Amino acid sequence: MIYLTRKAEFSASHYYHNPLFSSEQNARLFGKCNNPNGHGHNYLLEVTVKGDVDPGTGMVLDLKQLKEVLNHEVLEVLDHRFLNHEVAAFASRIPTTENIAVEIWRMLEGKLPAGRLHRIRLYETHDLFVDYYGEQG
Amino acid sequence: MRLCVLCAFVVKIMSSIAHLTRRYYFSASHRLHNEALGEEENRRVYGKCNNPFGHGHNYALEVTVGGAVEPATGMVVNLADLDRVVGEEILERFDHANLNACRESFASRVPTSENLCQEIFRLLDDRWGREPALGNARLERVRIEETSANAFECGPRSDNQPW
Repeated sequence: MIYLTRKAEFSASHYYHNPLFSSEQNARLFGKCNNPNGHGHNYLLEVTVKGDVDPGTGMVLDLKQLKEVLNHEVLEVLDHRFLNHEVAAFASRIPTTENIAVEIWRMLEGKLPAGRLHRIRLYETHDLFVDYYGEQG
Repeated sequence: MRLCVLCAFVVKIMSSIAHLTRRYYFSASHRLHNEALGEEENRRVYGKCNNPFGHGHNYALEVTVGGAVEPATGMVVNLADLDRVVGEEILERFDHANLNACRESFASRVPTSENLCQEIFRLLDDRWGREPALGNARLERVRIEETSANAFECGPRSDNQPW
């Protein structure tokens, strides 16, 4: 079994707000991330695929195809977007790094040309990242 | 029927376990020296790290917590709470300190990065039970970079980690 990781970057804006909470609760819980005008990040995404090496090609999967899938399924949806307003998944869910990682898994699940999705690692900044391994037990 | 749909929805949310890692930085000095060994043996085992005046590093610390993504907040843990706990337990204790002089941690152990990693895990793990604000987030891993070339990591049960 080989684990292969491809990186991609996208830039997006977001803010954290739960309409079920009062303004004071939102401000206390989310701090400056609660500013409704939003703020942005350069996200770094690492997608790890696991699989056996095809003896004929020496590859787990074709990297060019993986890049195309990432571009089409993820980057075209998220890059240079205000996530709260422009991405349907975040109309009713707060676009935290945790929820974005889970959503990227859903975007890619079943779309890979070969191998199986193993891990989504999403960096919001150099010092903060989230790992998601799909639904676990 | 409506209730079942709701249950299924809750179960689906609850199974979204995410693992969040935050990096912190601190600078500290240490000397690797074991009193139980002779001078010559200490020099042989620890080399220049045995220099009697000690030396320092800029340590990078990664703390990984895992748990269900709370639907109301979209978070595994509130970073403000994690920063507060790590700040009070680790950074205030070790930043700009001489590790050998931190007697509570290293009176009977050499402050190698292996021991430092385990000590940081122990300190955070002890604090965890006294911090209801951390909710259901579980302390999963501590990773220490002593330099850009050396890293050490430990967790509660290495055979139970997804990585």
